Amino acid sequence: MLEVDSLEKRYKTGDMALRGVSFTVAKGQVVGLIGPSGAGKSSLIRCINRLVEPTGGAIRLNGLDLTKLSGGNLRQARRRIGMIFQEYALVERLTVMENVLSGRLGYVPFWRSFFRRFPQADVDKAFQLLDRVGLQDHVDKRADALSGGQRQRVGIARALEQDPELLLVDEPTASLDPKTSRQIMRLICEVCRERDLPAIINIHDVVLAQMFVDRIIGLRAGAVVFDGPPTDLTDTVLTEIYGEEDWHAMRKTREEDAADESETKAFEAERLAELV
Amino acid sequence: MPIGPDAADKTWSKHTRRGEWMIWGGWFALAVVFVLSWQVMNERTIWAFVEDAPRQGADLLSRSWPPRWDYLGNLWQPLWDTLNMATLGTLLGTAMAVPLAFMAARNTSPSLLFLRPVALFIIVASRSINSLIWALLLVAIIGPGILAGIIAIALRSIGFVGKLLYESIEEIDETQVEAVRATGAGQLQLIDYAIVPQVLPAFVGMTIFRWDINIRESTILGLVGAGGIGLQLQGSLNTLAWSQVSVIFAVILLTVIVAEWVSSKVRRAII
Repeated sequence: MLEVDSLEKRYKTGDMALRGVSFTVAKGQVVGLIGPSGAGKSSLIRCINRLVEPTGGAIRLNGLDLTKLSGGNLRQARRRIGMIFQEYALVERLTVMENVLSGRLGYVPFWRSFFRRFPQADVDKAFQLLDRVGLQDHVDKRADALSGGQRQRVGIARALEQDPELLLVDEPTASLDPKTSRQIMRLICEVCRERDLPAIINIHDVVLAQMFVDRIIGLRAGAVVFDGPPTDLTDTVLTEIYGEEDWHAMRKTREEDAADESETKAFEAERLAELV
Repeated sequence: MPIGPDAADKTWSKHTRRGEWMIWGGWFALAVVFVLSWQVMNERTIWAFVEDAPRQGADLLSRSWPPRWDYLGNLWQPLWDTLNMATLGTLLGTAMAVPLAFMAARNTSPSLLFLRPVALFIIVASRSINSLIWALLLVAIIGPGILAGIIAIALRSIGFVGKLLYESIEEIDETQVEAVRATGAGQLQLIDYAIVPQVLPAFVGMTIFRWDINIRESTILGLVGAGGIGLQLQGSLNTLAWSQVSVIFAVILLTVIVAEWVSSKVRRAII
C-alpha cells in the first residue's frame, strides 16, 4: 500500500509544483492521474521514487517512509518501484534483453552486471516477461530497431523485471498512435491485476484513462481537485481540472483526428504502392 | 527596419543604410590591414634571397633526385618505432583521458566545485602544448629515445580525447540515465548501462582519429630527439643528404596514407 501524506515540492525557482497532496493507493489498485500540463503530475510520481526530491510531507510504501532514505537504502527502495516512461527511455544501443535485465541492477553486484552474467533466475524471468509482452522474437535486437509500441513493451518488461511493489507510469501513450495506446494501456492494467500491483498512471488522455483505470485523481496547480471512480468524472469536474472547454466537442475532434490519421495512412500506402 | 516607410510603395533591402555602411567599413578595414601587413613583411624580408628562390628550389630538387632507395633498409626499424610510439601513446593518453572526462563532464562529475575545474585545467593544459614541445621537455627530463616520444604523444592526446569525450558525455540523453537510476542501480552500474552505450560510438571514433593524427605527429618527434623516423630525418638534413631526405618523405607519406585508410576502415566497421 502506498500512502502519500501532504506532499510538497518547491523548485529552486520558487515554483510550487505540489501543495500538500495526500492520497493512498491500495494493493492492486490502478490510479489514473490527470491534469493540465504543469499541474505537477510528473513531479508527483518522480517524488515517489525520489528522482525529484520532495521538500515536505511523507511517502510511505508498505510502511517504509521513502522521503527519509539516502544512499544504499534509497537504491534498495527504488528497486521495488518500477517506472515506465513517456519516450520509453530505453538504452537505445543495448539489446532488448540487456534493457530488460537492467531492471535487476539494484539486485546484482557491479561485476555481474558489467560482464552481463546475471543469475539464471533473472534471465528466466526476463524470458518469461518478454513472452508476456509479446516480444519473444526480438530478444537480441537493439532497442533502437523496434517500433514505438514494441519499445514501450520493453519498458513494461524492464519495470516488471524489478519485482516491483509499485508501478509508476509517466504518460505511457503520449508517443503512440491511438490503437497502440489502447493496447499498451490494456497490457499495463492487465499485468497490474495479475500481480495485484498498485500503479499510478500519469495520463493526458481522459477518455483512455476512463476506459482502463479503477480510480482517477485530478490535479490542478499542484493540488488534488478530484478523487473518485472514472464514472464520476463529469463535464463539471473536467472543467474544474482543466478550465472551461466544450468537452463533447473535444471528444469529437479526437474522433476526427483518428479518422484523419487513417486517411493519411491509406494515402501513404497508396503512394508507396505506386512507387513500387 | 529594412522595409521602406512609404506604405503604398513598399521597398525592401536586406540591410539597413547603417548596416551597408558597416559592411563597406569592414571591407575598408580589411584593405588597410592588408597594406600594413605587406609593409611589415617587406621590412623583414631580404629580397636578394627571394629573387634567388626558384634557382635554390630547383637546386634542392636536383640534389634530392634520384632518391637513394638503398637507404630504405635503414628506415624500417625507425618506422616501426614511430608506429609503436603513436599507438602506445594513443592508448596511454586515452586511458588517462577517460576518467578525466567523467570528472570534467557536468552531469557525471563527482564534485563540481573542486574536481571539475581541476580536470578541465588538465585537459586545457594538455591541449595548449604541442606534442613537439612536450617532447622537447620530456627529452630534457627523461633523456632521448622512444619513451619520451610515447609520453609526449600521450600527454597531448589526453586533452584531445578528454575534451571531445566530456563534451559528448554532457550531450547524452538524460531520460535514459533517469530510467536506469529508477531501477536502483549504483553509480558504476549507471555509467556502465546508461552512459557508456550512448558515448561509445563517439569515443571509438575520436580515439581512432587521434591515432591517425598521432602517426603524423610522431614522424617529426625525432627532430628533437624523441626517437623514430624523425631522428633519421634530422640526421639526413644535418648532413645535407637530400637524396635520403626524399626517401624519408616518401616513406612518411606512404605511412600516413595507410594509417588514414586503416582508420577510416575501422571507424566504419565499428560505428
